[in-house]
Amino acid sequence: MKLFKNMDKTTRSNLITYTMVIVAFLVMQGLGAIGGLSSSMKGQLVPITTYICLAISLNLVVGISGELSLGHAGFMSVGAFTSVVAVSMLQGMVGSPLVRFFLGCAIAGLAAACAGVLIGIPVMRLQGDYLAIVTLAFGEIIKNLLNNLWLGLDSNGLHVSMSNAAALGLEQGGKILINGPQGASGIERISNFTLGFVLVLFTLFVVFNLVNSRSGRAIMAVRDNRIAAESVGISTTKYRLMAFVVSAGLAGMAGALYAMNFNSIVPSKFDFNNSINILVFVVLGGMGNIRGGIISATLLTVLPEKLRFLGNFRMLIYAVVLILVMLVSNNRQLNNAFDMLKEKILRRRGDDDDDETPAQTAEGGAA
Amino acid sequence: MGFLTNLINGISLGSVYAIIALGYTMVYGIAKMLNFAHGDVIMVGGYICFCCMQYLGLPPVLGVLLAVVGCTCLGVVIERLAYKPLREAPSLAVLITAIGMSYFLQNSALLIWKSDPKVFPSVISLPNISLFNGQLVISPISIITVLACVVVMVCLTLFTQRTKMGKAMRACSEDKAAAQLMGIDVNATISMVFAIGSGLAAIAGVLLCSAYPVLMPTTGSMPGIKAFTAAVFGGIGSIPGAALGGILLGVIEIFARAYIGTQLADAIVFAVLIVVLLVRPAGLLGKEMHEKV
Repeated sequence: MKLFKNMDKTTRSNLITYTMVIVAFLVMQGLGAIGGLSSSMKGQLVPITTYICLAISLNLVVGISGELSLGHAGFMSVGAFTSVVAVSMLQGMVGSPLVRFFLGCAIAGLAAACAGVLIGIPVMRLQGDYLAIVTLAFGEIIKNLLNNLWLGLDSNGLHVSMSNAAALGLEQGGKILINGPQGASGIERISNFTLGFVLVLFTLFVVFNLVNSRSGRAIMAVRDNRIAAESVGISTTKYRLMAFVVSAGLAGMAGALYAMNFNSIVPSKFDFNNSINILVFVVLGGMGNIRGGIISATLLTVLPEKLRFLGNFRMLIYAVVLILVMLVSNNRQLNNAFDMLKEKILRRRGDDDDDETPAQTAEGGAA
Repeated sequence: MGFLTNLINGISLGSVYAIIALGYTMVYGIAKMLNFAHGDVIMVGGYICFCCMQYLGLPPVLGVLLAVVGCTCLGVVIERLAYKPLREAPSLAVLITAIGMSYFLQNSALLIWKSDPKVFPSVISLPNISLFNGQLVISPISIITVLACVVVMVCLTLFTQRTKMGKAMRACSEDKAAAQLMGIDVNATISMVFAIGSGLAAIAGVLLCSAYPVLMPTTGSMPGIKAFTAAVFGGIGSIPGAALGGILLGVIEIFARAYIGTQLADAIVFAVLIVVLLVRPAGLLGKEMHEKV
């Protein structure tokens, strides 16, 4: 316990987040083992882990780097479709589905990161809302291109067409991997909750280590004051691009996890609304707050499913909740009252145990 | 003649985008927020006009008028309830609220009018105009759309340049605090901008539904995104920019559909946007702001 107290604040906070994720995983596994999970909940587990990964990775761009991105689902779809193709091609070569999964994930992450570089280099010339609109445009372009992409596999290798399935010219026994607007079907379902959990840990590990590194501090410096950061010799483009590309790569891996959980996926699933959903997770969880993002991603993925009995009123209620949360959390009077209450509680607790070191009391007051 | 037909269709579609983009750009100019609910106000305008004509049997002119009034009120109410309390909040919070509002409008429409597409009755009962022995056919709705766009543009320019309220609007978009010190009621001015933008959205909704007569709760979202793109394309915050951006975008979209492929048209529109922003980072007519230290 002493070790825990002496740790510096970020390490402690990161450890709490890791512990939270691990405990949540164990609880879900335990519930699954004793049959405490409904089948709809079981089906939700992998999507939840996917959205947690997406929320963490988008937080890197929106919270840590301070850029508004409206095309995160675009990177997710790049990853999803790449992984489907990669895993199909590896089927003959690699026996173990576990290895195939990780290879598929890695390739998907790489492909999405490449897309991130491709879109990032031009995008990083822009600022603020202009950057947002370009990421939005990018997401739409990806969706449109995938809607017009046919990809087939036979003994001669990959066939690509932009017009229709017949133009692929597949030989007998060839398999269509991506079928235009119908997307990919007959996907090997090799992802599961445990793998999703591993991916969440990996994403957390990457993001935490990036944020607490020299580069991470540079990224945050650029966010807080671009001109000041530039004047001390930080290359703003480089660090903004770094955050953007890492985030894209992680989103691609999450997309791979998502795709390999279903029999079929369609490009239109990864549209503007999906990007917005991920953004909502990040904003409701608190920008730059990874733990908050994890919690809000989980709750907001489960909640709409739980509200299914409401039928058409479901999304209406979701919308109202969204607006109310934003209004309440940004209400200055309410926030002031809340802060005062918190301070009162903290002060009373400080009176109770006087042996606390002054440094910690100050820290508690600031929190 | 195919080229000319496409050009006319493009300008007509672009005029609709331009009218919607005006709403985006004015709101952005004064409140510095991306009002994602704007696209759904278009849809509401379409539905109000549809109901007036279909169920109440009112003449089209009255339907359009009621749609404008309805949407204007809706815009003001939305601003008062959802955006005004967030005036001091970070811009992302406002953005999420706007998205929430967009979901709210879409799902309310889904509950009220159900999801089945409604066929929009024609507002104008004029015959098609045939030119060059019938090689070039112009539908009256495209002429009306272009005319409406021109009228709206002229009125809006006169309004912002010549009237006191317009001057107040420009002052607020330059510097809200200074405007307040000069005795301008900033809140009333912002409400006014929302009212004008939403009223224009209703007109755009009717024009859009007349040209593409299918009305669904999601009818407004894609034109909304496109018009938003158009506003950025022309330089967000600039009124002539919105008009130019809208018309260019409409023409590009129709040409891409005709000569490259229906499926890829949207991709091309967005790709052109990205290229334009690379060359001119503040849009075609936008003012480039240099940060001062």
